[in-house]
Amino acid sequence: MDFLSPTSLPDALAARAEHPGAVPIMGGTDVMVELNFDRHRPPALLDLTRVSELATWDRVGDEIRLGAGVTYSRVIAELAAELPGLALAARTVGSPQIRNRGTVGGNVGAASPAGDSHPALLAAHAEVELSSLTGVRRVPAAEFYTGPKRHAGRPDELVTAVWVPAATGPQQFSKIGTRNAMVIAVAALGLALHPEQRSVGTGIGSAGPTPLRARDAEELLAAELDWEGRADVPDPVAEEFGRLVAAAASPIDDVRGTAAYRRHALAVMARRCLAWAWAEAQGREGPRRGEG
Amino acid sequence: MTGTTETTGTTRVGAPGGVGESPLRPDGILKVTGEFAYGSDLWMDDMLWGVTLRSPHPSARILKVDITEALRTAGVFAVLTHDDVPGQKHFGLEHQDQPVLAVDVVRYQGEPVALVAADHPETARQAAKKIVVDYEVLEPVVDARKALLPDAPQLHPHGNLVRHVRIRTGDPHPSAEVVVSGDYEVGMQDQAFLGPESGLAVPDGTGGVDLYVATQWLHVDQRQVCAALGLGPDRVRLRLAGVGGAFGGREDLSMHVHGCLLALHTGKPVKMVYNREESFFGHVHRHPASMHYEYGADRDGRLVYARATIHLDGGAYASSTPAVVGNAGTMGLGPYEIPNIHVDCYGAYTNNPPCGAMRGFGSVQTAFAVEAIMDKLAEAVGLDPVEIRVRNGFHEGSTAPTGQVIDSAAPVAELVQRLRAMPLPPDDGGELDLRRLPGGVANTTHGEGVRRGVGYAVAYKNVAFSEGFDDYSTARVRLAVVGHEPVVTVHTAAAEVGQGLVTVEQQICRTELEVERVVVAPKDTQVGSAGSSSASRQTYVTGGAVRAACQSVRRTVLARAAQRLGVDAATLRLAGDAVVDDLGAVAVTLADLLGTDEVEDTVEWRHRPTYPIDPETGQGNAHVQYAFAAHRAVVDVDVELGLVKVVELACTQDVGKAVNPSAVVGQIQGGSTQGMGLALMEEIQIVAGRITNPSFTDYLIPTILDTPPMPIEVLEYADPHAPYGLRGVGEAPTISSGPAVAAAIRAATGLDLRRVPIRPEDVTGTR
Ligand SMILES: Cc1cc2nc3c(=O)[nH]c(=O)nc-3n(C[C@H](O)[C@H](O)[C@H](O)COP(=O)(O)OP(=O)(O)OC[C@H]3O[C@@H](n4cnc5c(N)ncnc54)[C@H](O)[C@@H]3O)c2cc1C
Repeated sequence: MDFLSPTSLPDALAARAEHPGAVPIMGGTDVMVELNFDRHRPPALLDLTRVSELATWDRVGDEIRLGAGVTYSRVIAELAAELPGLALAARTVGSPQIRNRGTVGGNVGAASPAGDSHPALLAAHAEVELSSLTGVRRVPAAEFYTGPKRHAGRPDELVTAVWVPAATGPQQFSKIGTRNAMVIAVAALGLALHPEQRSVGTGIGSAGPTPLRARDAEELLAAELDWEGRADVPDPVAEEFGRLVAAAASPIDDVRGTAAYRRHALAVMARRCLAWAWAEAQGREGPRRGEG
Repeated sequence: MTGTTETTGTTRVGAPGGVGESPLRPDGILKVTGEFAYGSDLWMDDMLWGVTLRSPHPSARILKVDITEALRTAGVFAVLTHDDVPGQKHFGLEHQDQPVLAVDVVRYQGEPVALVAADHPETARQAAKKIVVDYEVLEPVVDARKALLPDAPQLHPHGNLVRHVRIRTGDPHPSAEVVVSGDYEVGMQDQAFLGPESGLAVPDGTGGVDLYVATQWLHVDQRQVCAALGLGPDRVRLRLAGVGGAFGGREDLSMHVHGCLLALHTGKPVKMVYNREESFFGHVHRHPASMHYEYGADRDGRLVYARATIHLDGGAYASSTPAVVGNAGTMGLGPYEIPNIHVDCYGAYTNNPPCGAMRGFGSVQTAFAVEAIMDKLAEAVGLDPVEIRVRNGFHEGSTAPTGQVIDSAAPVAELVQRLRAMPLPPDDGGELDLRRLPGGVANTTHGEGVRRGVGYAVAYKNVAFSEGFDDYSTARVRLAVVGHEPVVTVHTAAAEVGQGLVTVEQQICRTELEVERVVVAPKDTQVGSAGSSSASRQTYVTGGAVRAACQSVRRTVLARAAQRLGVDAATLRLAGDAVVDDLGAVAVTLADLLGTDEVEDTVEWRHRPTYPIDPETGQGNAHVQYAFAAHRAVVDVDVELGLVKVVELACTQDVGKAVNPSAVVGQIQGGSTQGMGLALMEEIQIVAGRITNPSFTDYLIPTILDTPPMPIEVLEYADPHAPYGLRGVGEAPTISSGPAVAAAIRAATGLDLRRVPIRPEDVTGTR
């Protein structure tokens, strides 16, 4: 197996174009598992850890450009204010070791329906930046995930960043696992309120072939929330929101949980996330970010 | 090993670091710094790597095995099938029913079919894929109860029943004022030890072999390896490699015979290491159980009768199923006095993964049923869970269901009363800390839906081997003077699997011989059998053997000194580097007395005998000693999402004598966590005979964030029959913790939860 280790982005893109069979590797927390289980025998690995351009983030206008190589630990430590939903999601990933090593870019590259970044990225209306020798393009997260572990990137492209609008309203993320840490999501939900657009973003994880948005639920809330007066959300609205989130999912029974439980849990998480987010919007309570 | 050796003239009793203290483990620093060599670290320069080709089917006939292509692969030295097994083709702990390599049929997914040795593990793996096996796939038998029906396909020549234990006492048709009943199920738990199966077989060039292997009982391995290889025990020598946990999962053979076959065939050392996935197929698991229980009591809650039918799924081969059935049958009614008893406990063959020994051995499963039934009874008669156990619990002099009278402490009432007296953890008010809530930092609740519950459970467990087994251990102890300092060497074959037996061996030598420096010789078959590191027995049995060997060495040394000095040996004793008189004054130094001589003795030591049970009534003095533990679990359950946070898991346990107090607490913490894991999450999931979660991604064990504070009270009521009065410690806490957690979840939810692990689906009605 060849090991390609470019040290600049142009070199990395050139290597990508020249060796379309080479598997990009960033933190390696997905790639090495695949190799160890012998699920994959790529002719080459394309190591991106020496490409320093990927491991930075910047604020560009109202957006954060989050380099593909930024780790979860850094998202938690450096971006909790701008990207609260993603930071909450990052906090739930694996263990400290995995968070030190694993990256949002790798999560996006793997495009697993259980990846914890996706619900937060979907809810925040993020876009994925794809680069190749022929140019750079941005694909909205909602169009990026095309199937189980498949995405819209071409074989000559690399994920170079995700662009996420800096939060202008409350964001929440909630994830079910059958133990209290270090667990793959049985179901996950991201919620972002966008007060100036008076819109709502949602993202569903682990409850369909790809990460999903609950568009009907978003529209319901956008219409029903009292953006001006910030009056309490009527119970029937919260109930209906939960129901629509659950309805947007297409879960299956598997070793981690039943489809029925996943739908049920999504409805509960949706109601709770809405309550926490709206309480924050009302100025009653700050967002909870986990501890430590 | 703290402190310094006391020299002449002192009257210290025992060297520092003796029995009752908690000295540093001899392997402790290496382990915590990552330098300890485990079995998977074994290495020789010219070694080959062995891999195992396993059956993908739970049940199939093998029509043909073609190894041609595999053998042709460059770098491959051998490809072996059952044709290459020179001795007996079947092995097993109790019944020799398991093929070394499959012969004509496979009975479970993962059954070894062929072996490959190559100069690189990758080469060996690729070559194994080139072995062509033609299978005629059969419908697997996957239900233990159905396996025992007359029309079930017979998986073995002697049928599908491995063992049936009956207990019959008192009135065969009893009646009672209050009757409670229920059906309970326990899923298949895995030992989930962190160091996978591993070993290195080294041919000696003259037809024999040395096997370095991570195991629990060197001599029972040796016996089986010898039989399969057709060699005598002098030609097959075993040495314990570093063991990364065992919990029963290393009682059966894994790579032992396979590695030796490849080594003898190729004339080269062969290393085999399972990866995590293979490990799930490479060892036995805890028997899943389905249990029907009915208890009758008077209006005061005093038990009148018990009826139980227990089915244990033994999987494809017997392993230790007979003994597990023995335990579940004889102790399956819990530590309670019951005058009229009717128990049927069955172990069956199926095409599920083989099940055998795991910490708690038959008692873990039944405790879930018993303790749930006791809570039901408490509710039916209006008592609380502690009071019902106080009223019915064993005490010294109680009669067990086998008719055996319990002849040492059995403090069930005190254990639960002490738990009740412990302060309850506060209800979390104040600052929100997600780590303290169900779901943890995954942010599923800020308190919504959270209900608290408290549950109690008691356990008892036989220590050491039962039912007439000749259970002994062998210890060789040597005293010599090295550079003016006395040094004791202790040599046993008892496997150190992480529990700290090596420390205990040192402690006993220090106490008995008053010498601080104690060297633990490598564990191997150059000394007699120590029996297994299981059944909570090694501190008792090997500890007893080490003590007896020390006493013998001491007698010899004192006799020699007495002769030299012309005094009565009874006036002398050992103290540090000298023999002292009854005033504590140095009579002669050991350097003077022994010079370059060594005093050594080897002792075989047995606990008092046990007896078989009557096959019709289950009566007999089957067990040598019982260990008792109890737990109180406090849980917070998010009843809307079905997620659980164990807030606190308090334990009381009678250990007779805490030979090493910090090791005792360590065993209680570890056992409590493992039992809690079964209540909440640990299950090998099987669909149509196939394991669907053979990885730590989906076989979940508790993390430190799932592990609650554990207030522990250790009681020391000496057992007059046991060395130092000690009781085996390792298993009892594994038994009561899970049922306590389950009881607490029932209390929090109001649900009659009858299956463990309790999944979120069970709490939310979405299974
Ligand atoms: C013990 C453990 C626990 C885990 N827990 C979680 C969890 O709780 N939640 C969760 O979501 N995930 C979890 N994971 C999975 C993994 O850690 C995450 O998906 C992580 O984000 C992957 O990042 P990485 O940098 O390690 O990616 P890598 O493994 O390096 O790559 C992942 C995938 O993305 C591709 N890739 C990487 N970089 C690029 C790029 N720039 N352009 C195009 N493709 C690229 C790779 O080819 C590969 O297919 C866990 C993994 C382990 C081993």
